[in-house]
Amino acid sequence: MSVQSSNQTELRGPIQSSDKPLGRDDLARLVARDIKPGSFVNLGIGQPTLVSNYLEPEQNITLHTENGMLGMGPEATGEQIDGDLINAGKIPVTELPGASYFHHADSFAIMRGGHLDICVLGAFQVSATGDLANWHTGAPDAIPAVGGAMDLATGAKDVFVMMTLLTREGVSKLVETCTYPLTGIGCVTRVYTDKAVFLTGPDGVQVRETFGCTLAELQAMVPVPLKAAAAVGS
Amino acid sequence: MLNFVESVGEAVAGIKDGSTVMIGGFGNAGQPFELIDALMDCGATDLTVVNNNAGQGDQGLALLIKEGRVKKMICSFPRQSDSWHFDTRFRAGEIELELVPQGNLAERIRAAGAGIGGFFTPTGYGTMLAEGKETRILDGRGQVFETPIHADVALIKALKADGKGNLVYRKTARNFGPIMAAAAKHTVVQVSEIVPTGCLDPEIIVTPGIYVNSIVKVA
Repeated sequence: MSVQSSNQTELRGPIQSSDKPLGRDDLARLVARDIKPGSFVNLGIGQPTLVSNYLEPEQNITLHTENGMLGMGPEATGEQIDGDLINAGKIPVTELPGASYFHHADSFAIMRGGHLDICVLGAFQVSATGDLANWHTGAPDAIPAVGGAMDLATGAKDVFVMMTLLTREGVSKLVETCTYPLTGIGCVTRVYTDKAVFLTGPDGVQVRETFGCTLAELQAMVPVPLKAAAAVGS
Repeated sequence: MLNFVESVGEAVAGIKDGSTVMIGGFGNAGQPFELIDALMDCGATDLTVVNNNAGQGDQGLALLIKEGRVKKMICSFPRQSDSWHFDTRFRAGEIELELVPQGNLAERIRAAGAGIGGFFTPTGYGTMLAEGKETRILDGRGQVFETPIHADVALIKALKADGKGNLVYRKTARNFGPIMAAAAKHTVVQVSEIVPTGCLDPEIIVTPGIYVNSIVKVA
């Protein structure tokens, strides 16, 4: 194993691994590739669900769904559709060999007890120290709905976020301090966006790789100090 | 005391105005639609309802809310693409909402059934859903004190019951059923099939009959 000094990597900048921003499916493929074999994983509603399309059987990943199942299979089609077998987004799914069912308190004990290796969630905002805001815009007329987001954010060993880096108005969702209501404090470890992969934690934000931009160009879009992640050999 | 009743009307007849009613189900999976329809017909109102959601579409819990029978919802995820009846009542200020993170909802229900007076959990620490609640730093993490949710009645759906009231469920329709059965003073279960005592393998029973009061078979 060889570890480059961070000084060296900072000079070289992070790897620009694509000459254009990543689309949703390419990003899902990247997240899927980064999940360690044998992991127990919960994929949030929306964009994170796409990750399941790119998990390889050799990875031996077990998917958890909050409504009481391990070993969840792909979305059900045609005659497979069974109203008693749905995922957290209430979409009919299938079961894989070795699946198990359990009640809601056990399902959340799996999250809250730290048994899940990774959860992948969407976000409105992530702060430089890994605070997550993903459940409520705080708008006065909004009907709030939290579901299992706070349990996942505080319970999983690693919390990955998938989101576009910028809002439609061009404002960075990676922020110094979240302005939307928080889901969890200091819980996010990685942020996968169309323009870069960020590692977040108490030491600030490191950039693992960029897509279609240089570190300097990325820094111009994001209001928190960025540094290149030290490349770690395998 | 366990009763096998002939009709869903008889099963819910004891539910009074102002009761707290737990209703099983996650979305439509495990939702006891026939018992909810009977609750509608029995006329009980001013209800506090505990469910993960606040009704979908134009059936079940959504109709109870539409008809103004529910004064308060305790749930984790009220807002959905088809939660229009809740949305209308909520925007008009006609229904109270206690929003609870889903794991806290499940554990608070479990705590009630297990005789636990409350518990500390990191879920929600530092968020607006912990405002006004007691907090402590335990094991180096901020944690929030949460209290049990008790209920007068639970309405749940299972697949099969035997003559002792033991229950088994089907797939993800199990969800809140087992913990609600334990948490309520009176638990009413609708099942697809009643089998003779001894026909359910004791090793696979999910809810032991001690938690069950009334069973009704629905088609």
